[in-house]
Amino acid sequence: MSFKIVVLAKQVPDTRNVGKDAMKADGTVNRAALPAIYNPEDLNALEQALRLKAKIEGASVHVLTMGPARAAEIIRESMYRGADGGFLLSGREFAGSDTLATSYALACAIRKIGPVDIILCGRQAIDGDTAQVGPQVAEKLGLPQITYAEEIVDIQGKNITVKRRLDRGVEVVKASLPIVVTVNGTAAACRPRHAKLTLKYKRAATPSELQEAGADYTDLYDSHPYLKINEWGVSDIDHDINWLGLSGSPTKVKQIESVVFTAKESKRLTAADGEIEELIKDLIANHTIG
Amino acid sequence: MNYYNNNPALKFQLSHPLMQKIVTLKEQNFADKDKYDYASRDFEDAIDNYERVLEIIGEICGDIIAPNAESVDHEGPRVENNRVIYARGTQENHEALAQAGLYGMALPRQYGGLNFSMIPYVMGGEMVSRADAGFANIWGLQDCAETIAEFADDDIKAEFLPRVCQGQTCSMDLTEPDAGSDLQAVMLKATYNEKDGIWYLNGVKRFITNGDAQIKLVLARSEEGTSDGRGLSYFVADNKHDHTVKVRRIENKLGIKGSPTCELVFTNTPAKLVGARRMGLIKYVMSLMNGARLGVGAQSVGVSQAAYDEAIAYARERQQFGKAIIEFPAVAEMVSVIKAKLDATRALLYETTRFVDIYKAYEAIEATRKLTPEEKADYKDFQKLADAFTPVLKMFSSEYANQNAYDCIQVHGGSGFMKDYACERIYRDARILTIYEGTSQLQTVAAIRHVLTGSYLKQIHYYETLPINPEFDSIRKRLATMTNLLEHSVTRVNEAKSQEYIDFHARRLVEMAGHIIMSYLLIIDATRDKEDLFRKSAFIYSKYAEVEVRKHATFIKSFDVESVDVYKVQ
Repeated sequence: MSFKIVVLAKQVPDTRNVGKDAMKADGTVNRAALPAIYNPEDLNALEQALRLKAKIEGASVHVLTMGPARAAEIIRESMYRGADGGFLLSGREFAGSDTLATSYALACAIRKIGPVDIILCGRQAIDGDTAQVGPQVAEKLGLPQITYAEEIVDIQGKNITVKRRLDRGVEVVKASLPIVVTVNGTAAACRPRHAKLTLKYKRAATPSELQEAGADYTDLYDSHPYLKINEWGVSDIDHDINWLGLSGSPTKVKQIESVVFTAKESKRLTAADGEIEELIKDLIANHTIG
Repeated sequence: MNYYNNNPALKFQLSHPLMQKIVTLKEQNFADKDKYDYASRDFEDAIDNYERVLEIIGEICGDIIAPNAESVDHEGPRVENNRVIYARGTQENHEALAQAGLYGMALPRQYGGLNFSMIPYVMGGEMVSRADAGFANIWGLQDCAETIAEFADDDIKAEFLPRVCQGQTCSMDLTEPDAGSDLQAVMLKATYNEKDGIWYLNGVKRFITNGDAQIKLVLARSEEGTSDGRGLSYFVADNKHDHTVKVRRIENKLGIKGSPTCELVFTNTPAKLVGARRMGLIKYVMSLMNGARLGVGAQSVGVSQAAYDEAIAYARERQQFGKAIIEFPAVAEMVSVIKAKLDATRALLYETTRFVDIYKAYEAIEATRKLTPEEKADYKDFQKLADAFTPVLKMFSSEYANQNAYDCIQVHGGSGFMKDYACERIYRDARILTIYEGTSQLQTVAAIRHVLTGSYLKQIHYYETLPINPEFDSIRKRLATMTNLLEHSVTRVNEAKSQEYIDFHARRLVEMAGHIIMSYLLIIDATRDKEDLFRKSAFIYSKYAEVEVRKHATFIKSFDVESVDVYKVQ
C-alpha cells in the first residue's frame, strides 16, 4: 500500500539571530546578511512526516519547496533526515509571491505530484509569520485542514487523530484523509541528520545545480537516479499565469515602520517552577535573553 | 552552536599530510565505493565525508549534549530492579547519536559501520567530551566493538557488530574488588559446560563504567587452578541474559556523574569466548586498553577545551576595577597557558591517532593478504610509535585537563567556587582522567622504556629535520638544547645501572620527552597553518616546556643513587 506524504518547507533567512544589518534602509529584510536556514516549524512538520513513514508500511515522504535555485538545500537537508526526495518549484515567474500566490503555486505543484494522503507544513515561516500558506493550500485543494498540530496521535484507515496546541490547552480532533496539517513549534524537534543518509545524498542536485557545478561525477547521476532532485518551472505545472508571482499577489506593502516597544508589558507569575521555566523558554525564544 | 564548525583546529588536523596515506590504507583503494551508497569514492570524497559527519556530531554536541550536561550532573543515573536507568539527558544524548547513525563510526561497512579512520572518530570523542565529559564514556565504549572486530570469530562479529552500529551500548568489565591496576588478580569464573556447549560466568565486577550495557565484554578466569594473567580469557555477554546479571549498586562519584559506575553480580551468565583462551589479558585487554587510553586522551582534550571556553568567556565578561579582567596580565597569562596546554595536547592527540590509524589499517589489511616486506616494516614502525606515544598522550592530556580545570576556576574567582558556573563540574569531571584506564604513574611505567631505548629521541630527531617557519628558529634552537638535556639525563640515569633509580626518575624523563615532542608539534603545526591558529601557543608552550625540562634536568643531575632511599616510606 502506498501512502504519500508531502511536506511543504521553506528556506528562510535566519531572523532568530539578527544583527545590525538585518534590515535594509527601506525596511525590508536584508537576505544577504542572514544565513538561509530550514524554516524551524517546517522541520517539526518533517519530523511528524518521518514518524508516519516509520509507522505506515509503504509510506513515502517528499518535500515541496518554492524558491530560488539554492532552496534545493532544503530538499537535501530533508533527505539527510530520511525524506525520499523532493520537488523544487523555481523560476522568476514565482518571484514576489505573497501568501495567496505562493499557496496557488504550491497547490498547482501538489496536483502535479498526484494523489497525496497527507500534506504537512509548519504553522508559519519566521520571515513572514503569517501562518496563511498552509490553510490556503488546503482551501485551494478542497481539503480539510488541522492547524496548530502538536502530534499526530493516530492514523487508522482514512481517519487521522491529531493533538492541537492552543493558547490555553490542547485539543484532540479527528478528521478524514487526505488532509493538510500545519505543525506547531511545540511539536517534537526534528531528528538530526543521519550519517549514512548524509553521505548517500550529499551529491543530490537539481538539473540547474548540476549544470552550474560542471563535470564532477556526471556518470554517477545516471547510475544513481536518486541523486536527481526534481526541479519544476512554471511550464511544468498546470496554472493561470495571472495567479502567480507579483501579478497574483494582492498584498501590497504600503509602508514599513520600525517599532520600538515603549509600554511596559507585565505578566504575573506564581512561584511555581513550571511557570518560571516557561518564562525562561519564552524569553530565550524571543531573544530577550540567551 | 556547532562544536565542529567553531573549532578550526579540528579541520586543520584533517588537512595533515599523512591523511592521504591513512585514508588510502583504510579504504583499501576505495574498494567499497560501488558496494555501498555511502562509501567514499576517492581521497577528497573521504575527507568531505569525514567533515559532514563531524558537522552532525558537532551539532548534536552543541545543541543537545552540552545543554543537557548540567541536569545530567545533578540528576545522575539510578538503579531500579537491578537495572540502571540513565538520567533523562543521558538517554536523550544517546538516542540522538544513535538516531544519527553515529555509533560504529570506525567499524567496517559490512557490519553497518562507516569505516572511518580513527582521526574523525577521536575528534567525535573530543567534541562529545567538551560537551559532557561523563557522557563521553558512554559514547567511547563503542571501542569495545573494535576488540570484537579485531579478535572475535566471524559469527560473533556478525552477531554483535551490527548491534553496536544501531546504538546498543557496550561495557568492558575488567575491574574487581581485588583487581584494579593489577588485572592479573581477576577471579570472576568462566566455566565451560560441555553439554550446552557454552560458557557460564560467575562472580563480581566492580567500578564498571556503563555496567548495565547491552553488550558486555568480560575478563574472566577460564583456566581452573591458575592465578595469573595467563589463566584469563575474554568473553562477550548479551543483555538478553540480563536476568543473570544484577546491578547491585552504582557508585556515588566526585565527577562524571552521568556515567553509571556499576557493581555487577554474574550468576550463571551465558557468554561467548572472544578469540583464543588464555589470551584475554595478555593480548586483548592490552589492545583494548591502548584504544581506551587514546579515548581518555580525546576526553581530556575535550575537557581542556571546555575549561578554556569557560575561562575565556568569563574573563572577557567579568568587570573589575573598571575593565574586563582579561586585561589584567595575571589573568591573561592564565588563560593563555590554558590555551597553550590545550593546543599542545591536541597536537599530541592527533599525532598519536595518526600513528594508531596507520598501524591498525595495516593490521586490517594483513588479515586479508600478506603484507610486502616494506609494508610490514612500515606497519611495525607505526605500531612502535603508537605504543610509545599513547602513554605520554594519556598522561599529559589528563594532567593538563586537571590543571586547566583548576585554572579555569581560578579565573572565575569566588564565583567559580559556587555551583552556579560550569567550571566546578568541569573540575570534578576532570579528576578521574589521570586515574582510570591506567593512572599517570602507570603511564610512566609504559613509557619509560621508550625513553631509555631512544624511541622518543629518534622521533624528536625526525621532527628536527622538518622545515619550519623562520620565526620559530629561536624556539628550535632552544628545543635542541632541551633535547641535549634529555639525552644527558637519560645517559646519567642509565649509567647508574639501578632499576630503582630508573623508576624513581621515570616520570621526570617521560615528561621531558613529552614537553619536547609537544613543542615540536606546535611549531610544525604553526608552520603549516595559514590562519595563525597555533603561533601564540607554540611560543607560550615552548617557554613553559623549557622551564620544566630544565627543572627536571637539574633535579636528575644533582641526584645520586643513594638519595632515593630518603624518599622511601615504610
